[in-house]
Amino acid sequence: MTAQPHYSGGFQNAPVQAAHAFRAAMTVMARPGEIRELNGSRPPNPLSTAAGTLLLTLCDPETKVHLAGAINTDAVREWLTFHTGAPLAQAADADFAVGRWAELGSLGTYRIGTAEYPDRSATLIVECDELQQAGAELSGPGIKGTAQLFLPDIPALQANAALYPLGCDFFFTCGNRVAALPRSTRISMET
Amino acid sequence: MNEYNFAYLDEQTKRMIRRAILKGLAVPGYQVPFASREMPMPYGWGTGGVQVSAATLMPEDTLKVIDQGADDTTNAVSIRKFFENTAGVETTEETEKATIIQTRHRIPEAKLREDQIIVYQVPIPEPLRFLEPRETETRKMHSLEEYGLMHVKLYEDISQHGAISTAYAYPVKVSDRYVMDPSPIPKFDNPKLEMDAIQLFGAGREQRIYAVPPHTKVVSLDFEDYPFEATKAAHPCDLCGSDDSYLDEVIMDDAGNRMFVCSDTDFCRSRRKAGHKGRLAEENAA
Repeated sequence: MTAQPHYSGGFQNAPVQAAHAFRAAMTVMARPGEIRELNGSRPPNPLSTAAGTLLLTLCDPETKVHLAGAINTDAVREWLTFHTGAPLAQAADADFAVGRWAELGSLGTYRIGTAEYPDRSATLIVECDELQQAGAELSGPGIKGTAQLFLPDIPALQANAALYPLGCDFFFTCGNRVAALPRSTRISMET
Repeated sequence: MNEYNFAYLDEQTKRMIRRAILKGLAVPGYQVPFASREMPMPYGWGTGGVQVSAATLMPEDTLKVIDQGADDTTNAVSIRKFFENTAGVETTEETEKATIIQTRHRIPEAKLREDQIIVYQVPIPEPLRFLEPRETETRKMHSLEEYGLMHVKLYEDISQHGAISTAYAYPVKVSDRYVMDPSPIPKFDNPKLEMDAIQLFGAGREQRIYAVPPHTKVVSLDFEDYPFEATKAAHPCDLCGSDDSYLDEVIMDDAGNRMFVCSDTDFCRSRRKAGHKGRLAEENAA
């Protein structure tokens, strides 16, 4: 197995592990600012456990995936293709995009949905060095009062939220932890 | 358990449904199209709710299923058995103990918690459908936030009946953007739509999924001079004496005698267990 790393590191028991992973993903998407653990996969470096688990849980031959920057290695491409069968795509066509914030590039590149089908937008999985409940102040659906979350780029994410009901949705991953920011969340600098 | 994949559906179908749920949560009240599968039960029996539940369930979950508030009706019993067989999950009739509640046409009386999820079975997800039959048009109306027609409908209620006569599936506006059909719950339940739990809606035949995250603003449509009113039968429950729960009217004989009982059977049972008694409690206890 060591000679063929792209065959290992998938779910051992896909129905159950994917169910656990989805509940964590759904919880953070429904409650922006909350952080959950996401385990089950062992993806090749530099993909984090949380990002790898999200990809195994949500991607298949029906979803186009964009790998941005340093994450776009042979090992990651082979691992993703072997385990999900997801076709790789450019940013503008992607249903899911994975990478560090700086490497994902301008948000204007990604699909934001259409007025009649706002669901046809990209979900960005942003690999972060830190994930903590401090920084930007969030309010809106899913949040009782306000919540705090460290965000990589507040002005760009505010501009995305201003497109509501269009816009991209985000998962922030760090190691085996995940948080999310749907387009419906209003963002302000913490006072 | 070896006969079925966990929770019946194949993994690719679950991923498709899960992606729709996530987009639904990101745009509260917007109906996300999904490729609804044929389920081993007829349309109208909760095929949408069952698919959403199947995609959401974990093996550790405890499932409760209610139909018009009752745990013991055919629809509720058969869906509970379905998931006992195909997912091996625990089931319960107690709202408190459930982690996932699938419901047809009611929200439980007990306040739902942060760690609970409620899944609604939805027959017609489009609130504008009876006003405008064309999907192309209703989709455009949602995109333009053009909901005047709905207010005209409520206004016509007032001009004909003197009050808004819509009693169930009462339209709501979610997070100041989308008008949504809360499924055919009585309007008595509308104020509960702002809750701590995650709310997911599944319409199998119509192939739509939508969602309301916790603590989301949900406003029942109304007019300043005819404000929304959550109504119920003006009686206490004849079994448990509760005067603030939603009631079913039961005809008892040909002489016109009737009784009112809680529609939420678990709520009524737990109150009776705690010693509360209604008008007809004694004879029914026997």
